Amino acid sequence: MDLAFTPEEQKFADEVRAFVRANLPADVRDKVKNGKHLIRDDYMRWQQALGKKGWLVYTWPKKHGGPGFTPAQRYIFENICAEEYAPGIIPFGTKMVGPVIYTFGSEEQKSKYLPAIRESTVWWCQGYSEPGSGSDLASLRTKAEKNGDHYIVNGSKTWNTMGHWADWIFCLVRTDPKSKPQEGISFLLIDMKTPGITVKPIIMADGGHEVNEVFFDNVKVPVENLVGKENEGWTCAKFLLANERLGIAAVPQSKRGVEALKDIARAEQEDGKPLIENQSFAEKIADLEIQVTALEFTELRVLSQMAHGGQPGPEVSGLKIRGSEIQQRITELTMEAVGEYAAPYLPGLLWQGTNEEPVGPSYAHLAAPRYFNTRKTTIYGGSNEIQKGIISKMVLGL
Amino acid sequence: MDLSLSDEQKQLKDAAERFVRDKYTFENRRKIAATERGWLPENWSQFAELGWLGMSFSEEDGGYGGGPIETMIVMEEFGKGLVLEPFLPTVVLGGGMIASAGTKAQKEALLAPMIEGKKQFAFAWLERQSRYNLADVSLKATKEGAGWSLSGHKGVVYNAPSADHIIVLARTAGSAREPKGLTLFIVDAKAKGISRRDYPTQDALRASELTFDKVSVGADAVLGKVDEAFPVVEGAVDRAIVALCAEATGCMDAINAATLEYIKTRKQFGVPIGKFQVLQHRMVDCFTNAQEARSMTLMASLKIDDKDATVRAKAASGAKVQIGKSGKFCGQSAVQMHGGMGVTDELSVSHYFKRLTMIDLMFGNQQHHLTRYSNLAMAA
Repeated sequence: MDLAFTPEEQKFADEVRAFVRANLPADVRDKVKNGKHLIRDDYMRWQQALGKKGWLVYTWPKKHGGPGFTPAQRYIFENICAEEYAPGIIPFGTKMVGPVIYTFGSEEQKSKYLPAIRESTVWWCQGYSEPGSGSDLASLRTKAEKNGDHYIVNGSKTWNTMGHWADWIFCLVRTDPKSKPQEGISFLLIDMKTPGITVKPIIMADGGHEVNEVFFDNVKVPVENLVGKENEGWTCAKFLLANERLGIAAVPQSKRGVEALKDIARAEQEDGKPLIENQSFAEKIADLEIQVTALEFTELRVLSQMAHGGQPGPEVSGLKIRGSEIQQRITELTMEAVGEYAAPYLPGLLWQGTNEEPVGPSYAHLAAPRYFNTRKTTIYGGSNEIQKGIISKMVLGL
Repeated sequence: MDLSLSDEQKQLKDAAERFVRDKYTFENRRKIAATERGWLPENWSQFAELGWLGMSFSEEDGGYGGGPIETMIVMEEFGKGLVLEPFLPTVVLGGGMIASAGTKAQKEALLAPMIEGKKQFAFAWLERQSRYNLADVSLKATKEGAGWSLSGHKGVVYNAPSADHIIVLARTAGSAREPKGLTLFIVDAKAKGISRRDYPTQDALRASELTFDKVSVGADAVLGKVDEAFPVVEGAVDRAIVALCAEATGCMDAINAATLEYIKTRKQFGVPIGKFQVLQHRMVDCFTNAQEARSMTLMASLKIDDKDATVRAKAASGAKVQIGKSGKFCGQSAVQMHGGMGVTDELSVSHYFKRLTMIDLMFGNQQHHLTRYSNLAMAA
């Protein structure tokens, strides 16, 4: 057992850092560093640079065109990208549908879809939740009826993240309304340009537009877009969710968040002294930093186990629970550090990136929107209560 | 970077698991706790034969070249069985300080026989007023000819009743609470002028209040440098903290397993109580807490020999905060979910709970280490 990097790992770390510094567009880096809103093109330019290097799908094995990173390389790559203020990689193609396609898809599907995911020429989005199916995902009702060489899809999906930028959507649809809820579901790939699809924005509490409702009105989908077997989509769905939960812990981002919080606490004053010298506030940050360390080493232990035996198991639900709680705690303490200057709402600066003068320090106007928005982390990807249900059943056998 | 156990480490884990399974059933432990010593010499001999008493020392010091990971592996299994043999005071603290600060002669006279199972130690640092400040020492050592004379009081000295030698932290210079001016002495436990009041602790260990009345020792009793003991003590205590964290992780695994089994079998309202979501979620929180405790223990075991003193101190304190938090959560939850049975002496649960509670108090509780960590982490 050794925490130190081997000379090869150190060399790899140097290579990653040099690559990020040379290829991450400066304007994108600045936006991430200053907490500004990113647009589709910002993500695409960075992801395509990674794609050219073969690192965009850094979690994929070699045989599917990934780099086949070791757990240590994966850890190094994620951490250095975060330290260098690279935007998070959009997971819908790379971490969600991609692995589903190479695990359950046909050879034709692999050659049709995987290259575009590896190179980030196609933007994917997710069609899981429905207005009536949140935590109880298997109750979904969007139906796909077979009609010759097509399915006809009718229904609606919600909490669809960045679908207004997407080229394709992967959907869970009901193909057999008569069987048990989990047994009549199929996994379908749908071109967002297909007639009959409407995307309607949902504006969140922070005033931003990142999620949508997507409506399907007699949408014709070729049968060859079915991944896996008809009515066996729940297997793909569960596989995808377990992968999603591993990334959701967001350890490198949280490490960066704690450091940013410390910087704010050094800049803010209280009774003529830096806030960070307030012992009780400093101890709140210290407690948070310890939580991040515990999460980091739990993730490292999971990665180490995966290196010796395959897919993440249900215990990654624990990572999702703690990771999401920590992300929230960071935003909560950041807002606490900012104080009353968290109040001014500056949508131009926040969403359009205008040159409007900030009110108070430049970080202040971000604190409250981040806090409001980050309440989502304990809800999405299967709410934390659902995760506890999964651990309770799958790990503890209750 | 590699977080997997080597083959030798896996064998060590298997052997420690086997020892606890064979020798530390709950009923056996109860019998061992009731003996006069409170631990079994035959178990101690077995530790020596298995190489556990020497595993974490360098080959140069007569050990087998392991380190904190080996200590972690064994302590975790000890935690699962609530093992009573005085491994922490003798090997981790006493042996650890002799290895880090002792002369060749001291190592030959004390460390070598300790590794063979023939000598035990106790570490006397705490005084009535010290709380968690390792430098708050007033027991005085004054020059007496070529040697020294020790007078004062030491409290809650674990393993003092069985120890062959007491390692005493004394003030040789400086004012109260000053880190400089502290010196370690290795004192024969039967030396003239030492009086002992022995007692059992809440968690069935043995400890003593010690009074030193003009106890004379030679110049060769000094461990390390005169007036410069503080860094040696701080380092040894941080390593002991990490070992305690491993023990606590084992305790949490065991208490969680017992609770899980209980809520699967105990029926109320016509169903096993584990069918109730409120208990399921609490059980999951116990599970997650134990995972975090294991992660922080691993982190600290990997960093406790780091070159940077701040990294070492943060590792130990960070882990101790986690163990305090998780231990309390798992312990209190286990008792609650066991209902009335959880507060009886009859079930193992209350014994794990008591040990976890005492571990939090040893060498600084959760709050103390949060403050220490905070002061280190905010300085940068």
